[in-house]
Amino acid sequence: MIGNKSIKMVILRNIPIILFIAIFLIFGIFSPKFISVDSFKNILVSSSYVGIIAIGIMFVLLTGGIDLSIGSVMYLSAAVTGLSVQKLQVPTVLAIIIGLGIATLVGVINAFLIVILDILPFITTLGMMVFVKAVGLLMTKSESVKLPKVITSMGSQSVLGIPMPIIIFAIIILFGVLFLGKTKLGRQIYAVGNDVEEARKAGIHTKKVLFTCYVMSALFAGIGGIISVAQIGIVNAAFGKGEEFNAIAAAVLGGVSLAGGVGKVFPGVVLGAVMIQMIQAGLVFMQTDLYKQPLISAGIIFLAVFLDSIRSKYIAKAEKRNIRNENKGLQ
Amino acid sequence: MSEYVLELRHIAKSFFGIPALKDVTWGLKKGELLSLIGENGAGKSTMMNIVGGILPADSGELYINGELYRPTQPSDAKKAGIAFIHQELNLFTNLSINDNVFIDSFPRIGVLPLIKKTEMSRRVKKALEAVDLHVSPDTIVEKLSPGERQLVEIAKALSSDPQILIFDEPTTSLTNKETEKLFGIIDKLREEGKSIIYISHILADVERLSDQIIVLRDGCITDEDKKENYTIDRMIQSMIGREISQLYPTKTNKPSKETALSVKGLSQSGIVHNINMDIHKGEVVGMFGLMGSGRSELARIIYGLDPYEAGEIIINGEKVEKHNPQKAIEHKIAFVTENRREEGLLMEFSILDNLSLVSVPSSAKGKLKIVNDECVKNKAEDIVNKLKVKCPPIENNPAKSMSGGNQQKVVIGKWLLTDPEVFIVDEPTRGIDVGAKYEVYNIINQLATDKKAVWVISSELEELMGICDKILVMGNGEIHGELAREEFDKENILKAAFNQTVEDKTEKGGR
Repeated sequence: MIGNKSIKMVILRNIPIILFIAIFLIFGIFSPKFISVDSFKNILVSSSYVGIIAIGIMFVLLTGGIDLSIGSVMYLSAAVTGLSVQKLQVPTVLAIIIGLGIATLVGVINAFLIVILDILPFITTLGMMVFVKAVGLLMTKSESVKLPKVITSMGSQSVLGIPMPIIIFAIIILFGVLFLGKTKLGRQIYAVGNDVEEARKAGIHTKKVLFTCYVMSALFAGIGGIISVAQIGIVNAAFGKGEEFNAIAAAVLGGVSLAGGVGKVFPGVVLGAVMIQMIQAGLVFMQTDLYKQPLISAGIIFLAVFLDSIRSKYIAKAEKRNIRNENKGLQ
Repeated sequence: MSEYVLELRHIAKSFFGIPALKDVTWGLKKGELLSLIGENGAGKSTMMNIVGGILPADSGELYINGELYRPTQPSDAKKAGIAFIHQELNLFTNLSINDNVFIDSFPRIGVLPLIKKTEMSRRVKKALEAVDLHVSPDTIVEKLSPGERQLVEIAKALSSDPQILIFDEPTTSLTNKETEKLFGIIDKLREEGKSIIYISHILADVERLSDQIIVLRDGCITDEDKKENYTIDRMIQSMIGREISQLYPTKTNKPSKETALSVKGLSQSGIVHNINMDIHKGEVVGMFGLMGSGRSELARIIYGLDPYEAGEIIINGEKVEKHNPQKAIEHKIAFVTENRREEGLLMEFSILDNLSLVSVPSSAKGKLKIVNDECVKNKAEDIVNKLKVKCPPIENNPAKSMSGGNQQKVVIGKWLLTDPEVFIVDEPTRGIDVGAKYEVYNIINQLATDKKAVWVISSELEELMGICDKILVMGNGEIHGELAREEFDKENILKAAFNQTVEDKTEKGGR
């Protein structure tokens, strides 16, 4: 019986990976071409931007907060980068810096409103979602903005056979892993997510921690926006719309708790991001009706997140009982 | 050089014009264990918050080793060599022991912003050895028992190599065994020359540990002497300012033959096994068991919070099917939970909201079930008067503004409003002072006299022997013995609670 139980636990613990393989295989059955190195590479490339924004929002989720403005930030930073080159003839590198600077600025405003003025994160970032998008549309007059060749070619360039977006994604993953796992500020983010009041009592500068997280979230959204646009080549008015859902779903699928304090960049969030992109790519492979695609992918994501929440509840329950049994043995 | 490591001179502090400490002067010697006792609200916490830099004093001075000490924030106390071990554990349950110990001062790898894990583990290992806790420094705190967490808390305090340690009610969440272990560690620390301040309501522990005892009442020191000169009676007398003739009220209830709550063959794998018990109207039934014996879990099942696989729950002769808390309330069961801070009270909500929480549905009138505020408030105020709750106006003040004893009365009062027939009370006197305890016992006695059935769960054997008609002994998820009031015997009960391997014998021996 114990053996049975531990097998069950192993399955439960690894549901994200099992889900991942299951989705991969199901799409593979429907369209065999799906299972190939090339298609996998494509999925990785196109999931890099979701992964980056998911790692960004993860910082905020770890504190128990939320950032709904990241989709709009993606749009604004990509549009500003494009416009800087198109209208102001700024060098591309500088344009990217301006784009990321704008994203960071949005993060600072978010952080200021939430941390200093003490407005709820949900309403602050919901407002910023609308506001930032409006600013972007005002600048572009709702017209599409083309990005310079230097950026779009980056989307298809590779170093040593590895596509550029994957390299950038890998750098961001490494940064996330080191920052959250190995730095003082990173560990303190988890403490703040566990209990803000206790964290303050323990001598942590909770405001500094929270501020950092909201700025990170926006900055990473900016990076994700530029990487994504580098692959598409053009920023239209719908760009970035709904990406906050993808990012949050990727994080939750990867085991990040919306209550704060729990979650890992690798494999967790990375796996979640790839999974979401795989679902979308799989639907394209299966030549599903273009209008039904978002419907189905949203459905699958809901299902996956639902399974994940059942899993966490079950594990929590099972572990509680285990502790009791251990105690019994000790007495 | 002063003879004191820590000295308070003429410290005074008031809140909104109400004095909490009035001109308090005392000193702590090196290598000494000084106990601070007093009722809730006597000023112990205020005093410790001043020492810890959480609150500023209105007047007076603090000295450490004869030098003026003026803390303005908690980190000042740490720098001065003072470490706190708080009553509520201040650990981050999602982080490892390593992270918890170093959360505000991680060691770095040279100039890099990265944490030097090897050094962290080395230092934590040493601190864990000092408290005799043998787990990896990487263990996530969530996986530790309350007792082990308390040890981690001490290891954390020790890691900054303090000269003064302040323990605030450290034993409330510990089993007897863990408490003994903690006392061993405290003795060792004292031998090493650390000075210790110990705050507790458990006077036997104070007697066991102290060198010197200070009694506080209403913000003043009412008694101060060497431990040898104290008796527990003297401590109580100094604490409450009058002589207490008895610790428990005279029993006035008369159990009837009528069963109020009956449990038959109740089992849930991994939790409880084959539980049979009857509680009669007008009877106070005690349940004694160590932490983790399954007593609170049993109460949760009977209240409908947790499921059961086999057996029956019969309330007032009616078998309960598909149990849940709503049904329990309908069947007039009240459950005063073990942990009033986390489960029993909404600390930020007003006292009125807390009192009316369970009974609001019954105050809803008419077809639309609109709640009559006036009616709710009147009922709540009646209860406050009846239970002699000392509190500010109930409408605008949060539950946390009351002292522990009064909070407990509010938790009981909230259930009284539903006019229940069966009262389940889990650890009703934990962390409250002698005076408040007596009042809680009185309420329990009154309930039973009014023909209510009362089931008291407690790990304080003496209190059960003082107030119950019958004691059930629980261990390992089973009932190991049942003793009527005439048969109450400390040794027998403890034996039944500890002996889990010789179940058959204890079962017979108990009856």
